[in-house]
Amino acid sequence: MDRYDPALRRGLTSRRNVLRLMGASAAALAASACSIPGQGGRGDLTQAQIDAFWKGRTGKGSLNWANWPGYMQDDHASIKAFTKDTGVEVNYKEVIQEASDWFGKVQAPLAAGQSIGFDLMVVTNGIQTSKMIELGYLAPLDHSRLPNFDKYAAAKYKDPAFDPGNTYTIPYESGITGIAYNTKYVKEEIDSIAQLFDPKYKGKVGMMGDSQELGNFGLFAIGVDPEKSTPKDWASAARKLREQRDSRIVRKYYDQGYIDAVAKGDVWLTMAWSGDVYSLANDDVKFVVPKEGGTLWTDLMMIPKPAGNPVDALTLMNWLYEPAHNAPLTEFINYITPVPATRQYVLADAAKATGDDKADLERLASSPLVFPSEADMARLRNFRVLSQQEEPQYQKVFTPIVQGS
Amino acid sequence: MRRLKGAVAPYLLILPGGLWLVVFFAVPLVYMASVSLMTGNLIDGFEQTWHWRNYTDGLDVYGDKFVRSLWYGLIATVACIALAYPAAYWIAFRAGRHKSTWLFMLLLPFFVSFVLRTIAWKLVLTDQGPVLGPLKSWHLLPKDFHVLDSGFAVVSGLTYNFLPFMVLPIYVALERVDHRVVEAAYDLYAGRFAAFRRVVLPLSLPGVFAGVIMTFVPVTSDYVNASVLGGPDNTMIGNVIQTEYFTNSEYATASALSFTLMALLLLGIFAYARALGTKDVLEAAGR
Repeated sequence: MDRYDPALRRGLTSRRNVLRLMGASAAALAASACSIPGQGGRGDLTQAQIDAFWKGRTGKGSLNWANWPGYMQDDHASIKAFTKDTGVEVNYKEVIQEASDWFGKVQAPLAAGQSIGFDLMVVTNGIQTSKMIELGYLAPLDHSRLPNFDKYAAAKYKDPAFDPGNTYTIPYESGITGIAYNTKYVKEEIDSIAQLFDPKYKGKVGMMGDSQELGNFGLFAIGVDPEKSTPKDWASAARKLREQRDSRIVRKYYDQGYIDAVAKGDVWLTMAWSGDVYSLANDDVKFVVPKEGGTLWTDLMMIPKPAGNPVDALTLMNWLYEPAHNAPLTEFINYITPVPATRQYVLADAAKATGDDKADLERLASSPLVFPSEADMARLRNFRVLSQQEEPQYQKVFTPIVQGS
Repeated sequence: MRRLKGAVAPYLLILPGGLWLVVFFAVPLVYMASVSLMTGNLIDGFEQTWHWRNYTDGLDVYGDKFVRSLWYGLIATVACIALAYPAAYWIAFRAGRHKSTWLFMLLLPFFVSFVLRTIAWKLVLTDQGPVLGPLKSWHLLPKDFHVLDSGFAVVSGLTYNFLPFMVLPIYVALERVDHRVVEAAYDLYAGRFAAFRRVVLPLSLPGVFAGVIMTFVPVTSDYVNASVLGGPDNTMIGNVIQTEYFTNSEYATASALSFTLMALLLLGIFAYARALGTKDVLEAAGR
């Protein structure tokens, strides 16, 4: 220690060394003063371009699939069934935790047109998905190889505003953002977003850190439908949310951790995703779609453009839309399936099952959180589709709230 | 010939490490410095415009986060010294033949992932958890008292996670203290306290100096503790940089913020080296 410490210190503080370092950096900086080219405006394609992409491509008998935790049975039963049916091997990885982190990870290779090691990935509709479409990171889907989607998908999922004609994406499953509350602590009926802003619950309210989810609830709170909101509405929603934060009603802005927090009582009521509450199976924790409305979000299957096995990915997507194949998956995931006909198969499974399994399956088939009625669906709102000009503006309004600015 | 070899050898020895530094440190650093002066966005591209306002804007908007991060870094570092010094002292002078056992126990937490350890804290400290639950039911704490999602939780987490980086260098410095020097101090009528203050402490300061560099810098730029253990009022600059980079794809802003942080940290370390650093301390230790 004694031998090199003084030298270390001199090295740190010697003026000559610092100047030398700065000189070298400045020279190198001047040399590297280039730019990062833009990649926008690649989302619109003609049918001919789509056909050209798929021309001459055939299945290779294997594919790599990136998905979120909890989106496949623990024993991978559905994947095994798929491999048995089609002979295509699936390498399944639960590597996606958050849409923005995932985008940060894959952005550089996709921009360079390099494989990310996955042929199929599942990302939520929202800012990142729109960016990937706009930046040309995704392969256009060949709908002639997806007959089951056209046949079985619910009308609500076809031709969404964020991806007209399902050119790049089809849903894996979707869920509702609403309010979860712990009845051990909350002694009244919760049915309104206004209750998340009630000073009575100071320090006991959880909100989501995702800027779109948070913004949506701020907009509901001021009586605006998020999908039709204007930048002016965003500013007043942000004011409302900031007020909520500064009067210390918000305990924390959560990513995935809210479900633990509400189950343990760290927060008493919180923004929540329907499937999380359903799978928690804790009788104290209830989920409601507030009367102002909730949002419907969709996790989408998509193929990165540089993927090596896109045809196999399409085969899998098509296979999953067969109601008989979709049922076991829905029975495990507990979110809303884009294939309504799945319900008959869940009911049939329930009729065959006995005891607890039977009760579970019946609860699932009758749950409005998994098979919402038309009336429920009508109360749900979609995320606003942000144009590339609006997106940074939107982020500037809502992200500082989460960061305490 | 031999002299030539002798002259070349040191350069050959430094080659692998030097190349590593250039490729993975210097080049990215310079590239980032260049990006920090660009304007634009991911869709239209980033253009080099020598936009120095990235720096002033960053300070305007996130100045308070810088101050908070440096403040948390300072508290955590001081707490680390306060906890680490006695521990290192005890291991070096009192642990006898069990020294290596104690050192191993100190390093044991490192075998578990940093993030997992932080999340474990979260489980221990929940409002109705194993620590706070009983205290609350005995009415020793008010009902809505909480530790999680507060500045206290973040600083405690930081202190805990970086403690070994402080203990080890202090231990190494103390371990090298020559017992005969201490005995000489006693012979010269120094009491136990005077011997510690005037002999052992100065001899161990290089260890503290190294420890401070190894904790203060990573603690100040950490973002895991603030995001797991903190609430809306505890955001650190690391969280801001992470969001700007990954969520907002604002590469220029993120780079400018990173460089501002780096400059502040370097300034802090320089000031510290000057203040602590009468050269005599270090050179006395070197003798």
